[in-house]
Amino acid sequence: MTRRVSESRMRGGALPHSAWGDGIFWSIVCALSGGYALLIVALLLSNVGSVSWGVFLDVLVRPEIRRAAVVSLVSATLSTVLAMWVATPTAYLLARARFRGKGLLDALFDVPLVLPPLVVGVSLLILFRTPAGRLVERVLPVTYELPAIILAQFAVVTALAIRTIRAAFEQIDVRQEQVALTVGCSRRVVFFEIVLPQAWRGVLGAATLAWARALGEFGPVLVFAGATRMKTEVLPTAAFIELSVGNVQAALAISLVMIVAAMLVLGLARRLGVRDV
Amino acid sequence: MSDAVHQGSACLSNPSCVSLASTIQSVARPVLIKLENVSVRAGGFALHALTLDVSAGAYAVLMGRTGSGKTTVLEAICGLRQVTNGRIRLGGRDVTDSPPAARQVGLVPQDAALFPTMTVYDHLALGLRVRGHGNGRIAQRVEECADTLGITNLLTRKASGLSGGEQQRVALGRALSWQPAVLCLDEPLSALDDETRAEIAQLLLTVKASTQVTVLHITHSLSECRLLADVALRLEDGRITQASA
Repeated sequence: MTRRVSESRMRGGALPHSAWGDGIFWSIVCALSGGYALLIVALLLSNVGSVSWGVFLDVLVRPEIRRAAVVSLVSATLSTVLAMWVATPTAYLLARARFRGKGLLDALFDVPLVLPPLVVGVSLLILFRTPAGRLVERVLPVTYELPAIILAQFAVVTALAIRTIRAAFEQIDVRQEQVALTVGCSRRVVFFEIVLPQAWRGVLGAATLAWARALGEFGPVLVFAGATRMKTEVLPTAAFIELSVGNVQAALAISLVMIVAAMLVLGLARRLGVRDV
Repeated sequence: MSDAVHQGSACLSNPSCVSLASTIQSVARPVLIKLENVSVRAGGFALHALTLDVSAGAYAVLMGRTGSGKTTVLEAICGLRQVTNGRIRLGGRDVTDSPPAARQVGLVPQDAALFPTMTVYDHLALGLRVRGHGNGRIAQRVEECADTLGITNLLTRKASGLSGGEQQRVALGRALSWQPAVLCLDEPLSALDDETRAEIAQLLLTVKASTQVTVLHITHSLSECRLLADVALRLEDGRITQASA
């Protein structure tokens, strides 16, 4: 008995909880996360399982759907290129610079992500009714035209890209850049020769995510570009139109195409090391 | 060990030592690093009215407790931290508002901060390349530098796979290859094991003997100071107060 008491003292005393407590804790955590994982799998399977493969092939060869797919691919690619062009330097600015109003600017760049998609579309529409917007329209027709799709996608995916690239930049030790400056490098050399070669996975991952998001962008595109067949119709709006006329199988088939594209992009992003998607 | 170094270490523990500025003024060599009433802020931490003179070619060791602001002083000299008051002169030139690239100060940080995507050769060549030297001159200088630092066999290796000691050698080479006027060492030995620390300390003695570079080495180690310093300094209570030549 005396030996047990002294051993207990040596070990810091008995713990007030048992291994059972830890077991219950992990059971609850696993049940909640497992339940959500099941929901996602069920969503995907229900879509795949409900598609009639005959209808799927018929839908894919329809000219308006093929046209929507081409418009989707081209607009998503162009908006992603534009978004990366803007998001990369912006993310670097937010990751490295310290200036008055940075917190406000940072919050501002998150606005397109938290605004309801419909509001983004309406705001774009109103913007191009202002005198400045009308001036642009005279040179390059935007509203209800192809540029409207690209601009609507760009407005949202740039914010997403800024977030992802900024995380990649912030993982790089700022001391490396400071040392490079003392060695004699200009800011341009530091960015292109020290920072970008280390952040390229994050930048490429951001591009893939931006592309996937652009491909699936629906609300702003529908409001700002419309859904004119063979003109401004993209895959999400095509699925919506099919659904609205009661053609559920066609809507499912188009959804399946977008699911496959999203899965491919997600896999690529993961392979590039982007975890916080 | 020289008498001067013993004198320096004795002075470190003697509060009646005269101020650094007046001590260094008696040295015949021209002053290369000069801080005139420099105030600098790092977040909530601030140093006020710092005065420091280090002669050309001297190996100055600045000691101080962790958190005393040693690195902040080094960053101010390198141009990585804006001073809020006072002037910094390097070789008589006022560099207070100059960018880091214009100061001719090489920096070796505590963690080496190598560029993982570059080879060792690229590290040593960088300072020469951005100054527009030709490939022949760069190759020659990199070879010389690598030979001095014992890293010739590492030139084709990427920085990411190097040991701690190798990283410090490369960081030293990156800072020295373009022959800066001043070399700032931020606790270069503190993250190394005993054996590697002794090797790098020996290497610093070689650099000291073979180059004309003026060194400001910060550390909290008295033994490093005893081994390396021509001039021993202490940063305490926001003031650089003691020195020996």
